[in-house]
Amino acid sequence: METKINKNNNFYIPQIEKRNKQSKRFRLYALSAVVLSLSFLAFFLIDIIKAGIPAFTQSSVKIEISIDEETANNPYGILERDMSRLVSRAWLRSFPKEIEAHPEWIGTTQTFWALLNAEADQYLKGTQSKLKENQKSKLDALLQEGLIERKFNATFFFTGDSKIPENAGFYAAIVGSVLTMLVTMSLAVPIGVMTAVYLEEFAPDNKLTQIIEININNLAAIPSILFGLLGLAIFINFFGVPRSSPLAGGMTLALMSLPIIIVSSKAALKSVPASIRQAGYALGLTKWQVTKDHVLPLAFPGVLTGSIIALAQAMGETAPLIIVGMIAFVPDPVTSLTSAATVMPAQIFTWSGMPERAYIEKTAAGIMVLLTVLISLNTIAVLLRKKFEVKW
Amino acid sequence: MDVKVKVDKLNLWYGTNQALHDISIDLYDNKITALIGASGCGKSTFLRSLNRMNDLVESAKIQGNVIVDGKNIYDKDIDVVSVRKRIGMVFQQPNPFPKSIYENVAYAPLKHGIVKKGSDCDELVESSLKSAGIWEEVKDKLQAPGTSLSGGQQQRLCIARTIAVKPDVILMDEPTSALDPISTEKIEALMLELKKSYTIVTVTHNMQQAARIADHTAFFHLGELVEYDETEKIFVNPKLKKTEDYITGRFG
Repeated sequence: METKINKNNNFYIPQIEKRNKQSKRFRLYALSAVVLSLSFLAFFLIDIIKAGIPAFTQSSVKIEISIDEETANNPYGILERDMSRLVSRAWLRSFPKEIEAHPEWIGTTQTFWALLNAEADQYLKGTQSKLKENQKSKLDALLQEGLIERKFNATFFFTGDSKIPENAGFYAAIVGSVLTMLVTMSLAVPIGVMTAVYLEEFAPDNKLTQIIEININNLAAIPSILFGLLGLAIFINFFGVPRSSPLAGGMTLALMSLPIIIVSSKAALKSVPASIRQAGYALGLTKWQVTKDHVLPLAFPGVLTGSIIALAQAMGETAPLIIVGMIAFVPDPVTSLTSAATVMPAQIFTWSGMPERAYIEKTAAGIMVLLTVLISLNTIAVLLRKKFEVKW
Repeated sequence: MDVKVKVDKLNLWYGTNQALHDISIDLYDNKITALIGASGCGKSTFLRSLNRMNDLVESAKIQGNVIVDGKNIYDKDIDVVSVRKRIGMVFQQPNPFPKSIYENVAYAPLKHGIVKKGSDCDELVESSLKSAGIWEEVKDKLQAPGTSLSGGQQQRLCIARTIAVKPDVILMDEPTSALDPISTEKIEALMLELKKSYTIVTVTHNMQQAARIADHTAFFHLGELVEYDETEKIFVNPKLKKTEDYITGRFG
């Protein structure tokens, strides 16, 4: 609503229109910046989701197999030639185990939903495929007969990586990430918080303390790959921690998270009013009693948020982990802290470099899983902060 | 009149800036002593040096003796924690811990081992809150946060918290300057009640308050103790012109 400003009154200031226009223009600039960044985000999310959604389903074909003793010995020969070119090798490979589990099948004919291979699956999902024309028409015919179905891709969530695209899953990476984060958390959080407590509550305010604080702030901005080199030099080469293990990766990420946790914990401690400390000291409490029972509880929400955000950042970190060898091909989920493992971002990185088309959707699906975990972590951080915040 | 606290030639520096010059003063048992003077005259600094709160200021350097019951609290063989247990302090801004009313009072006595958890502790909390004249107002909501009380109630809670550790001396740094007149009146009445059992030293900017409640008044100016005498003499018949000028409002 534009109302004309009356120049003939006591309230009129010269150039008022110009100044108002200036603020309006500035508001517009700021708003367009927001719109631009939001549209980038939306574009990214839509692109990832569009590419990733197909990975959550895979096509299977309904086939009948008459089972005898021979079937168990030579699974690759059970199907006609043109069919066996379309069915997943991984499915055929696991077939003898199925028979072993069901001996009563021998001598009968059974119906199975056989997993199609990645090329057939990609063709059915409507992307480019290296299939020959006759294979394509066979798939079309099967689809017409209702013998092909898209089913939920449980493989993706319950197996590790594989060189057979339709058999590749994210599970090993998820387990690897969880173990690595456990190591990171149990090292970085206590060390970081105690460092912050010392620097903020106990350390004398002298040159040495100042130098330490400045350097910690600088460390928070160091490229993460350097922490990878440090981890490689110290943990693996010097202390002999096994390469590629969640222990090595977790310790390296702990190094990276420490400065962030220290800086945010220090800020949280600093925001506790001095009057609380004075009240404690005036009652004859010791420094530790004041810190532990009165200052830390008040700083807790801030410490917690800082730690979770540092861990979320560590969880999405790839570069230092590549240096300590967590980019390994890991088909089975890791069982101990010292055996070879991979983590979610490293798995995504590996898949993104694979030549087969089917890995594109897996890459996007992996990103979706990682993003979901990170967004949940950040949401938890916000909720916990709200929950523990002291009401004044 | 017994001397409770004997201060002897106390000098204090913040860095190179001398904040207190050769303060010597006797503070009496079961009396209220008011410290008056313009802002920045060193009265709060002096008060804080009576329970070594200035130890927390890194640049502060102190010289001289503060003798409480015959023992210098700045002696090397005395732990600062035990000094502050016997010489409590109430601040200008009420600063209850963000915990329940009960915990506010019980926390320090439990840590000092004055009482153990249980009925002893409950009794101490009750008697302390009663002595601070706030029991009737909070007895039904001891688990409510201390910060939920009004400003005046919070200040009385802080006094209860101080009493609970059974000190000898209570220092008060402008205890009513953040409060409304009704709360102030309650705190003043409470101080008159408390002086029967404790030595009270209070800083105040309120001349009427000093005149109303203090037995002795000390006038500070630019880090020096200018005049110290019974309150009546200070207000009715000050020896020095400077004191008269200040209390009549001609400067400050």
